[in-house]
Amino acid sequence: MERQTSLLKDVVIRFSGDSGDGMQLTGTLFSETSALAGNAISTFPDYPAEIRAPQGTVAGVSGFQVHFGSAAINNPGDKCDVLVAMNPAALKANARFLKRDATIIVDGDSLTADNLAKATFTTDNPIEELGLDDRNVIIARITTMTREALADSTLDNKSKVKCKNMFALGICLYITDRPTAHAHDYINGKFGKKNPAVAEANNLVIEAGYNYAANNHLSHNAYAVEPAGLPKGKYRTINGNVATAWGFIAASEKSSRPLFCGSYPITPATVILEELAKHKSLGVKTVQAEDEIAGICTAVGAAYAGNFAVTTTSGPGLSLKSEALGLAVMAELPLVVVDVQRGGPSTGLPTKTEQSDLLQALYGRNGECPVPVVAASSPSDCFKYAFEASKIAMEHMTPVVLLTDGFIANSSEAWAIPQMSDMPTITPPIAVATEGDFMPYKRNEQNVRSWAFPGTAGLEHRIGGLEKHMTTGNISYDPANHAQMVATRAAKVAAVVNDIPQQSVDGDNCGELLVVGWGGTRGHLNSAVEQLRGQGKSVSHCHLNYINPLPSNMAQIFENFKRIVVCELNEGQAASYLQGLFPQFRFEKCNKVEGQPFTVEELVDVFNEKLR
Amino acid sequence: MAEYKYTPESFKSDQQVKWCAGCGDHAVLNAVQRALPEVADALDKPHEKFVFVSGIGCSSRFIYYMRTFGFHTIHGRAAAVATGIKVANPDLSVWVCTGDGDSLAIGGNHFIHALRRNVDLNIILFNNEIYGLTKGQYSPTTKLGTVTKTSPYGTVEHPFNPGELAIGAKGTFFARTVDAEVMLTKELLVEAAKHRGTSVVEALVNCMIFNNKTHASFAADKATRAEHTITLKHGEKMLFGANKDKGLVLEGLKLKVVTVGEDGYTLDDILTHDAHCEDTTLHCMLAAMKYPEYPVALGVIRSVDEPCVYDNEVAEQLAAVKAASKIQCVDDLLNSGEIFILS
Repeated sequence: MERQTSLLKDVVIRFSGDSGDGMQLTGTLFSETSALAGNAISTFPDYPAEIRAPQGTVAGVSGFQVHFGSAAINNPGDKCDVLVAMNPAALKANARFLKRDATIIVDGDSLTADNLAKATFTTDNPIEELGLDDRNVIIARITTMTREALADSTLDNKSKVKCKNMFALGICLYITDRPTAHAHDYINGKFGKKNPAVAEANNLVIEAGYNYAANNHLSHNAYAVEPAGLPKGKYRTINGNVATAWGFIAASEKSSRPLFCGSYPITPATVILEELAKHKSLGVKTVQAEDEIAGICTAVGAAYAGNFAVTTTSGPGLSLKSEALGLAVMAELPLVVVDVQRGGPSTGLPTKTEQSDLLQALYGRNGECPVPVVAASSPSDCFKYAFEASKIAMEHMTPVVLLTDGFIANSSEAWAIPQMSDMPTITPPIAVATEGDFMPYKRNEQNVRSWAFPGTAGLEHRIGGLEKHMTTGNISYDPANHAQMVATRAAKVAAVVNDIPQQSVDGDNCGELLVVGWGGTRGHLNSAVEQLRGQGKSVSHCHLNYINPLPSNMAQIFENFKRIVVCELNEGQAASYLQGLFPQFRFEKCNKVEGQPFTVEELVDVFNEKLR
Repeated sequence: MAEYKYTPESFKSDQQVKWCAGCGDHAVLNAVQRALPEVADALDKPHEKFVFVSGIGCSSRFIYYMRTFGFHTIHGRAAAVATGIKVANPDLSVWVCTGDGDSLAIGGNHFIHALRRNVDLNIILFNNEIYGLTKGQYSPTTKLGTVTKTSPYGTVEHPFNPGELAIGAKGTFFARTVDAEVMLTKELLVEAAKHRGTSVVEALVNCMIFNNKTHASFAADKATRAEHTITLKHGEKMLFGANKDKGLVLEGLKLKVVTVGEDGYTLDDILTHDAHCEDTTLHCMLAAMKYPEYPVALGVIRSVDEPCVYDNEVAEQLAAVKAASKIQCVDDLLNSGEIFILS
């Protein structure tokens, strides 16, 4: 039988297995192959906080979802067309993410009584027990076939079995009509020199999986997708954390200020620190501090000394950094604090996504302590907003909070590589010595003070966290001076509005329903709104990236819609923020706090309800 | 050696010094302002290269009185902020002014980690064994049993000895002085500045208001200090007393005070101070000596040349990676690794 290839618009594949099964790598290699084939892609890793949770249990399941298509893809997909399950627990954990006509590929060797019990199945037929009999189920003895493919290998049995993820990759490459070349290149690059036996084994197993699928006419509705008509040019895949790191490096180059990152490892933000630590050739200094507080304090020190400083964290770390962030507000030093949000409160859900730190970012400090807040809304635009946050920080001499989240931080997508010559220059107000004593708190027309680097003769001055005199910077307890300084710091942050773009709306500028979102929910909100607009519904999407200050045209947008619904992965923080700023409008809420992104399907239901 | 011809006046700011009359901090300020002209010449650093960083507390107001760059930060964090400053610009001479509460309670973590990293900072630790600015609560160096506002029946917790803590954290430089010994303080500050790595100079200062005479038993006046303190000098015998007739010997694993010429002890039996010894054991014992069993050790107790200085290592690693890397600008970075071209 000839292999049939049915061309689809888009396909979602979910790789799942035990946390030690290598599913993140399998998924990554598959998505890169798809991107190389010209597809638009969006990926979403979903893994437990435990490095190796008890083997075979549902708690220990690690998943990686890839959505690839021939048109723009802006989310990793609600449900999958193909599920790869390396054990019964993976099957159980992911049954709810399957489309009606999905294909399930299960490692038949894993369906032992022991594994079924660990995954709390009560019968010996997990497919039937989960009510999946009507799906296209392929039970392939992946472990056995992996071992057989490596019969001649010098590796020990345990190392041979570790290659089974590559067998699953081979199968998926076949049913999507993708070449195996990229996977081989990766394996050769990673192990070729260090451990040729491992490289050879993985390469053999990729081919074995591919051939198994071919020889068994595995899927008569193979999942091939035409290339997306993306604009011509150079692309790469990038995840949100790496894009954030690169955005800072770009801002360093464009401002000619050396980049300094003082941070403490914390999920899901750690990759930003790891990425920055790699790029010493671009002058990036990283200090892995003794705690979150030292992370921001070293950054504040570096900013004082004239470096462009950042600190990276997640919600619990932002809590610890609040006091030092207040110092940066008072000292009026440029600094970017990245909060890669995760489920809270307290330790919460470290590996799961949420948007519940918005109010902490806006208000979580003592005193009247305003900071600009910027949010990125997709993996690749983390680059753009990291750059923008840096530009605001340095040009307005203020700390800025950049909000991303676990979802966009770990997800990746294809990204058209920018050219640095197209990026704007960043011009911080660097102080130069003049006659007489230097006045550290003298300001320009935007209320911005100048940045005086220690080491510059004639600029010797003292600053600190105590309230200071309006121009000299000396300690001042004068009541009127304090009131004036509070107002001035607020006015300085408000003036950032002059340097940010007007808010845009996707869809018509007036209508029945305006969907308002911010940050990492953009892809899902956009897909849901597009779907409804395709059905002729009067709905538009307004997605915020600049949260404090908001663009100046918000009221003009809001007044043209009958209903406004604010969608966010928290209990309504942006909604209450907007309600406070715009009491003349009514902001309805659409919230989710399950540690997971919205699904397009649930959003469509909510919007249909509002449109009824 | 450069000659900048600075005077103490060159380092005095126009701000009124607001410590209480009789506070030991005045003497330390005086010593610092006398030391800096010498330090500038010794390190070949002009005036603008000096940065003073402080946390919170009486002594942390120090930076406002210096006509240098100054950053009055938040409680306990001066060492962390100073680390950032020094790494950002290793060419600066960075000084930290901190108290016993600031550096050993709320800032304990940053204090030990600065020492562990051996960042080239000069930390002046003003130890008055009390919280002064909050008006008289016990600190992590307050003697056991002391009655304070938060220990009305006496403290029930043992104090830290800053020297033991610093040396225990493998600090490479530790010296101790008392407020009244301005010239000794000045001398120690110059030594601290010359040392590459983290230097800690503990200044035993008196708080007239909330903990008066806490150091008086051994430091009240010149005569008392002669009898009850020992000023250690590298390469010299550990002798003290007005007549320099008392000394320290090591018996078993304990230091012992003896009188030369008595009980069969001769000058040859007296220990010679080796501040450069890498092993911390004896330095720790010297730092731990408490009156009345022992004289309190002043001077440079430990000064070890350790080639691994954090800020220097960071800079050298940066330069080495840059020299070897193909990625020299952001465009190189963006176009590195897996790229695909759609045409």
